[in-house]
Amino acid sequence: MKLFALLLEQLVYSSSRNQKIRHLITYFSQEKDPDRGFAVAAIAGTLQIPNITSSVIRKLIEDRVDPELFRLSYDYVGDLAETVSLVWPSNITSENISLYAATNTLASSSRSDAPKTLAMLLDRLGQSERFALLKLITGGLRVGVSARLLKIALGKFGNKNVIDIEELWFGLTPPYTDLFEWLEGKAKLPNVDRALLFRPVMLAHPIVKNDLKSMSAKEFIAEWKWDGVRVQAIAYKNQSRLYTRTGEDISRSFPDVLDQINWQGVIDGELLVVQKNTVQPFEQLQKRLGRKKPTKQILDQYPAHIMAYDILENNREDLRSLTFLERRRHLEEWFALERPKRISLSEIISVSKWSDLTKYRDLCRLHGYEGLVLKRRQSPYLVGRKKGHWYKWKRDPLSAECILMYAKRGHGKRSSYYSDYTFGCWSNNNDNTLMPVGKAYSGYTDDDLLRLDKYVRDNTTERFGPVRSINPSLVLEIAFDAVQFSNRHKSGIAMRFPRIKRVRWDKPANEADSVEKLRQMVDQSAFVKI
Amino acid sequence: MNDKYSWLRQGTKGLVCTPGKFVIDPIQPTDLAVITHGHADHARSGHRHIIATPETIAIMRARYKDIRKESTTPLDFGVAKKINDVEIRFASAGHILGSAQVVIDYRGTRVVVSGDYKRRADPSCEPFELVPCNLFITEATFGLPVFSHPPADTEVLKLLNSLKKFPDKTHLVGVYALGKCQRLLCHIRKHGYTEPIFIHGAMRPLCDLYKSFGYELGELVQVTSRVKKITAGKIVVCPPSAIAEKWSRGFVSPMTCLASGWMRIRQRVKQRQIELPLIISDHADWYELTTTVREVGAKDIWVTHGQEEALVHYAQTIGLNSAPLSLQT
Ligand SMILES: [Zn+2]
Ligand SMILES: [Zn+2]
Repeated sequence: MKLFALLLEQLVYSSSRNQKIRHLITYFSQEKDPDRGFAVAAIAGTLQIPNITSSVIRKLIEDRVDPELFRLSYDYVGDLAETVSLVWPSNITSENISLYAATNTLASSSRSDAPKTLAMLLDRLGQSERFALLKLITGGLRVGVSARLLKIALGKFGNKNVIDIEELWFGLTPPYTDLFEWLEGKAKLPNVDRALLFRPVMLAHPIVKNDLKSMSAKEFIAEWKWDGVRVQAIAYKNQSRLYTRTGEDISRSFPDVLDQINWQGVIDGELLVVQKNTVQPFEQLQKRLGRKKPTKQILDQYPAHIMAYDILENNREDLRSLTFLERRRHLEEWFALERPKRISLSEIISVSKWSDLTKYRDLCRLHGYEGLVLKRRQSPYLVGRKKGHWYKWKRDPLSAECILMYAKRGHGKRSSYYSDYTFGCWSNNNDNTLMPVGKAYSGYTDDDLLRLDKYVRDNTTERFGPVRSINPSLVLEIAFDAVQFSNRHKSGIAMRFPRIKRVRWDKPANEADSVEKLRQMVDQSAFVKI
Repeated sequence: MNDKYSWLRQGTKGLVCTPGKFVIDPIQPTDLAVITHGHADHARSGHRHIIATPETIAIMRARYKDIRKESTTPLDFGVAKKINDVEIRFASAGHILGSAQVVIDYRGTRVVVSGDYKRRADPSCEPFELVPCNLFITEATFGLPVFSHPPADTEVLKLLNSLKKFPDKTHLVGVYALGKCQRLLCHIRKHGYTEPIFIHGAMRPLCDLYKSFGYELGELVQVTSRVKKITAGKIVVCPPSAIAEKWSRGFVSPMTCLASGWMRIRQRVKQRQIELPLIISDHADWYELTTTVREVGAKDIWVTHGQEEALVHYAQTIGLNSAPLSLQT
């Protein structure tokens, strides 16, 4: 477990993706089976481990350490698992108990024996390993590694295509020994039943300035880009699944849609909340996401719905090598035959020249679409973000003039720059209080960054760790995709995808916008009937 | 509260020894200052007369221009000196070059003022000397059970391994310019690392000073903007604050490292945005503090400089009289 504990530390402190990948690869090559597979599961969140409550852990430590010294330590450190791992009385020489042995010992001890077993393990482990184990059983590993990043690292480790790993992923179980054997070239691709497994999805590229000039409108169709969650619905025999575009299984959160998935095939679409045939704003869908067991009230209040874009399989026939137009015909036939509830077909917009499409794009904000997606008529369903096939053309952003309030130092290359900014708007037009409305750390040029950094250092009023509070006088023009009401923010609103469009060195702070003005920009438009 | 030690008290200028007519590590200018070691929070300039170890005086000369020769009295470790009605001598504190504990004998009672200290081996200074006494005044920078410093060697290995794993990254290591810097360099060299080590300009005078006392630091190259382009896979040492300053720009793909006892706490590492924490400290950890408190055999323990509460509590639970120094006024 020593290597695993070390890996967790390295991952938590790494500031870049590449660094994390390198640490993972080193770990995979140094650790033995089955531990490395269990480590993958621990990071991916698929490891089954008995939960032991904080109060049990507290009791264990208070039996061993002077309660007053523990209290002072806990006050200072602020995290229970970390404090316990640091003050647990231990021998100088720790044993290297494997992750497998540790978790297995815990899993096989009865509920009443679990605390004793845990104490016995903590006695034998070193500090870092104690921390890792305590974090595992209290469920707060948080190392900043997504399932996707993990798969990329696995692919690089075995010199294999990440798409192959994604295709297999949900058919494999910890400790993933078959996967590692294949990655190391010792065995063939693991043989798994893929019927209900997630299929990696095709993604769109953003349109940049001159892209359209080199493309012919006649070779493309367009569809609305809905403001929901991209999903894949799979049905096979009497079973069904709903996945996000990263392959996360969200079936349990959406029983209402799942009940309707009873044909044989794989559909690609957008998950939305639709109430009385009207598409609801994204915030309503957010109320459903991450809720493992939605109550009846939630289901009634926020009914889910799929806007179908594409069909990947029908009656066990793989359609992915067909052209978009052919697949669309299959989709329409399927739809006509099945007449599925809670599913509609995405509308096709075809134009002969781009200028005609601009008119549609201009309607996006009014109707609550995020923009348009352009799909080449002749393209097969290609996994990943291949150039030249699918494009997203977002609606024009909104903008507001805000005032720089706080700045934070960046990471890695930017560690000597104040590069993350919090900005605010006037709380109303009459008084002089500023209310934070958002954060941004992109959009500016390198020259802007140099000048902003200097400005921050010269206009600091207070410092708290890596954060500085700034004399509120600099106006930033912020571009953002939308504003929503939010009761998690003091200002009552939240911006989506804010970035710095321009630094208004010239503009006096009292001419910046008010929170009220932002409130008026909240999307009131999501009344599309379907 | 401790009448028998009423001749020692915490005044506005620092720890005052009345019968000796001196102040230890005074924070304001005073007539007679006894200085434990060269760190800025202990060794300040502006006193009329200073008593300190020769190394500490050399350090102060390197840092403060206005210290004249005639205002200092160098006192070697172990040499007794009568000052007014008391006798003092210095015992090594094992903290940095020249760092001393002050041993005061007065009317048959012995008081030891620890200054900053540590117990473990340090290739850049003399080891700690345990002096039995009646009253021990101890620092408590890391006075909580959560602080247990791993062996410095394992931490140095972390750094050397990272250089191998990320040969494209400049390893920017934040360390205090006095003591920690030279200790780290000695440890790195002990591991057989012979590449040039790049140093921030602020490190130069004190590194030279250590060399003049016979410590081998190997080849050191001062950082200039030209040098910044060839530091990939190399070690650059600088003051901790420089990592966040403009000085650190222009290095090839920097990896931020910090050598400090505080790096034991994950939240601190995250908050300072450090990618490679090295838990190396010049102060005693909890184990060393509690061991020392037991071993000096003193009935009275006063605690200062840090996390007093927990160490006072500990000393009381093992039957000693203990209080924070700040209460001895
Ligand atoms: Zn010191
Ligand atoms: Zn100090």
